Amino acid sequence: MQSTAHDFKHNVGEALADANLQDSLAKLKVGFSERRRQAAERLPEFEALRDAARDIKNHALANLDFYLEEFERKVVALGGHVHWAPTAADARRIIADLCRSVGAKTVAKSKSMVSEEIALNEHLEALGIAPIETDLGEYIIQLRHEPPSHIIAPAVHLTKDQVADTFLEHHKALGFSKRLTERNDLVAEARHVLREKFLKADVGLTGANFLVAETGSSMLVTNEGNADLSNTMPRMHIVLASIEKVIPTLEDAAVLLRVLARSATGQESSSYTTLNTGPKRRDDLDGPSQYHVVILDNGRSSVLGTKMQDMLRCIRCGACMNHCPVYGAIGGHAYGWVYPGPIGAVLTPQLIGVEEAGNLPNASTFCGRCESVCPVRIPLPGLMRHWREREFEHHLTPRTVRQGLAIWGYAARRPRLYRRLTGFANRLLALFGRATGRYRALPLAGAWTRFRDFPAPPSGGTFHAQWARHGGARTRP
Amino acid sequence: MSENARSQILNGIRRALHRGELSGASRQAAEARLARPPAGPAVARARLPQAEQVTLFCQWAEANNATVGRVAAADVAGEVAAYLARNNLPAEAAMAPSPQLDTYNWAGQPMLSLRRGAARGSDQVSITGAFAGIAETGTLVMASGPDHPVTLNLLPDTHVVVLREADIVGGYEEVWARLRQRYGKDCMPRTVNTITGPSRTGDIEQTIELGAHGPRRMHIVIVRE
Repeated sequence: MQSTAHDFKHNVGEALADANLQDSLAKLKVGFSERRRQAAERLPEFEALRDAARDIKNHALANLDFYLEEFERKVVALGGHVHWAPTAADARRIIADLCRSVGAKTVAKSKSMVSEEIALNEHLEALGIAPIETDLGEYIIQLRHEPPSHIIAPAVHLTKDQVADTFLEHHKALGFSKRLTERNDLVAEARHVLREKFLKADVGLTGANFLVAETGSSMLVTNEGNADLSNTMPRMHIVLASIEKVIPTLEDAAVLLRVLARSATGQESSSYTTLNTGPKRRDDLDGPSQYHVVILDNGRSSVLGTKMQDMLRCIRCGACMNHCPVYGAIGGHAYGWVYPGPIGAVLTPQLIGVEEAGNLPNASTFCGRCESVCPVRIPLPGLMRHWREREFEHHLTPRTVRQGLAIWGYAARRPRLYRRLTGFANRLLALFGRATGRYRALPLAGAWTRFRDFPAPPSGGTFHAQWARHGGARTRP
Repeated sequence: MSENARSQILNGIRRALHRGELSGASRQAAEARLARPPAGPAVARARLPQAEQVTLFCQWAEANNATVGRVAAADVAGEVAAYLARNNLPAEAAMAPSPQLDTYNWAGQPMLSLRRGAARGSDQVSITGAFAGIAETGTLVMASGPDHPVTLNLLPDTHVVVLREADIVGGYEEVWARLRQRYGKDCMPRTVNTITGPSRTGDIEQTIELGAHGPRRMHIVIVRE
């Protein structure tokens, strides 16, 4: 998809003014995060499992080439095929060629963020092959020609009424002329429409949550069952997965599964967790006769061995965005590309360039909630800080910010000057705002005070002054 | 081209990791991990005595919107027929052609019409066995094969699963061990579905609705030993 990450500030303005979006986001803040907390509390071993999950992914990344080759060997031994795609264009070409090799007209797709990353749908459509998104959320946004706004709940930005209008518009031609008002009716109508499409699809395309090297299996975690219909009904199953999805063994998968669903939706387990290994066996009564795995790099291997490697541990649960105050205020679309929220702020500059996406790692209060809930303990604020440094080094930061930092830097290196300046500023601010404890308007801070008051400095002087008065380092309050 | 793309990715990984092909002690460690997979942190609730595992399985299956009936082997067919009648469902089902299921007394339920084979789009009810049940989360494990077509798990609105008490284990690790034992380490079945309750979606306003694409109802018949 075409990135609008460079337009982040404009996107944010639109998101804040969108009443439907703000309604949906209000639900998100209490939904996912509360359920995750309860699920974590129900499992006493949860924190130990997070440590183990981090270690498994680190081990897999340190031996990535070995496990990918082992995975390939197992897939081939059972009659499957593995295709290697260094770039997005390679993956698009491989998948299009596979579809054409069976004369495919339609492809039943189960939700895959990697397929969004490589803009697969647009490519297939241009070739006259119709991709049909079958995850309910993905189906809704495909009808609306929108990108997903959340990695596990792609239509989380929409209200029920918006979905009802969308279905009425698109299902009318199929004989559904009544505008529905109940959620279960909307689900039932989508099920009916999509079931027909499953039965006719020539190819099923899914992502993978994990690739298991030990058995050559791709592993999929879903709630709806659409991924399972995609990998069972059509005669060809294509799995699209990026290189960092490979893990060593089924035992490792058990650890990761125990943290994945709980972190994502607060479920003890998702409804469907499926291992696919090769095509239909000779005596099987159903299943695809061809099984292909497309392994995509798209710039990931260059992150290995660097400070940024930790981002490749991500298992795409979405907990970081569910707990992010910035995501909670602006939703996913404002981030302008495929991956929103804190993980998006870290991945996007890597995948499409810091020039395009430099705004994203700046869209953080560094409150640290993302890191505190990440099931594989990715130090997200640290990685965002790294991008900020990179942006500064590449002279991509706006001039006013650079000048402001230069002035601050000059003063900060001169402690006496710094103390005098901050003391002066503190007294000046106190003069105007102490009575109410806040400012409704402040020179140079209009962008802040337009939306909220600016707090007045505490009485008793600057932090330095108070620190000195309380006896410095050794005294506790 | 394909070989080039393959070595381009693998060599890219090796360059980034500042090494050549994995060798020496690191390779031995990785090979050993594949040969004898180490278990992760033990989860206490996956390690209860067998009787408690069965109770825990039922508890989590019901928490995940499945219903559970516990009967003796002689009463399996009766329980299935009664469940369908109780819920006003058709007494007609597609059943997995499994030797285990054939041991139950279906002939004693003349009103129940059974067709053995894969599911068709029009089937309302399916009856299958299960490879195992996982107590930790109330999850069923289905291994595909001639005796268990995958479509039976997915297409019909109602899925009735017959699970033997002895096949209820504590956690995932015990299922992996059983799979390796049954199929050999190098030959997993085409599909292993682990299924926890009926199909669901939270994609409209984060509110759970059952029956998104797979079954809306799941009834688990646990067979007492």
